[in-house]
Amino acid sequence: MCLAIPGQIVELSTEQAGLAKVDVAGVKRNVNISLLEDEGVASGDWVLIHVGFAMSKIEASQAKDQLRMLAALGEDEMAMDEIRGYSFAERE
Amino acid sequence: MKYVDEFRDPQLIANVAREIARLAGAGRHYRIMEVCGGHTHAIYRHGLKNLLPPNVELIHGPGCPVCVLPMGRVDDGLAIAEQRDVIMAAFGDMMRVPGTRGTPLEHKARGVDIRMVYSPLDALRIAQATPEKHVVFFAIGFETTAPSTALTLARARALGVTNFSVFCNHVTIVPAIRAILDSPDMRLDAFVGPGHVSTVTGCRPYEFIARDYGKPVVISGFEPLDILESILMILRQLRAGEARVENQYRRIVPWEGNLPALRAIGEAFELRPYFEWRGLGFISQSALKVSSAFAAWDAEVQFEVPGVRVTDPKAAQCGEVLKGVLKPPQCKLFGKECNPEHPIGALMVSSEGACAAYYRYAYLSESVPA
Repeated sequence: MCLAIPGQIVELSTEQAGLAKVDVAGVKRNVNISLLEDEGVASGDWVLIHVGFAMSKIEASQAKDQLRMLAALGEDEMAMDEIRGYSFAERE
Repeated sequence: MKYVDEFRDPQLIANVAREIARLAGAGRHYRIMEVCGGHTHAIYRHGLKNLLPPNVELIHGPGCPVCVLPMGRVDDGLAIAEQRDVIMAAFGDMMRVPGTRGTPLEHKARGVDIRMVYSPLDALRIAQATPEKHVVFFAIGFETTAPSTALTLARARALGVTNFSVFCNHVTIVPAIRAILDSPDMRLDAFVGPGHVSTVTGCRPYEFIARDYGKPVVISGFEPLDILESILMILRQLRAGEARVENQYRRIVPWEGNLPALRAIGEAFELRPYFEWRGLGFISQSALKVSSAFAAWDAEVQFEVPGVRVTDPKAAQCGEVLKGVLKPPQCKLFGKECNPEHPIGALMVSSEGACAAYYRYAYLSESVPA
């Protein structure tokens, strides 16, 4: 339920404030980055994603650990389904 | 142990386990509650119990959102879903939670328009794409998830989307911990604090547990080594006669939490005077409702909600398992009528539920406690 999926910010949206494209193991989707507005987010940063929102900034090494841990818990496929499932900012 | 090869550093794990055994010594029994369902899952999946001495007992806490949702709220949500021109949107975890007349998935099979979403923003998107219908998001989750619902409400208001509302079942973890501490049949020595919830709340909300109840709290990550280290930090405190809040998961959890997330929660939600938790009963100020500023997006204002109160299936002992009074296999239905394919209680639905975790990973390798 509190699945936290690591992803790398690819680009900040120019169309909508508070939106950024992330790359999670090769899958690219838009997520909401409003919760990180105090810290600021830039292209190349790594974040933890939960239900469509980037929750925390993390180090690149932590992102790899987190992916490995999701796999160890058998939740990696569930995480990829979730990322692929975000449709709120994708064009039809 | 089946999953030991997935440990990053088996030697380090062994060292920590040895140190835990040394500190735990003999004679005293330690009861430590891991509050978060994610930790419960990790503990079973990695067989961490087998690395602990018999006098260090882990009690599974209430930190699994679908597990603590009383059946009456599922029925209430489904009653809204069955109304004319309503689309209900819910997370996958929610789809298999039984109500009195079946799960959301079974209602969907009967023609009720219930859709699985991965984000509350997806529910809002459905509303924008379907202006002739009203979309209700069945919101569940602790503080990790509540900010996302809050920001979705803010976005609905900013965009002027009026055919969208939230059926709010967000709960907050601290009052539940307090209720457990005040419960006469709970004798706990310490808590492994939740990881991802604490990225939002920070560590301060747990300080009363140390200050007022004299119990250590260690916020923990989810790796096997994280959890074992947290148990070690707890034992060190207990042995030294100390009670503090410590943060083992500093790499993710800031002491002060996430301020924009807390602001979003504060704007979109209000505390309910009380809310029913499965197994724990009514707990005051333990849940969130949509704030009056967002009443136009509050499903409980926009729809007639029956306000059903139903007791759990008689034979199921979810409440006792949730409070840690019974271990999952001590329930009469465990593994028989109630299993992951056909869950009767919500603890068997989610991978974070103690029963599902126990069923999948532990009950074959562990003797059933008498």
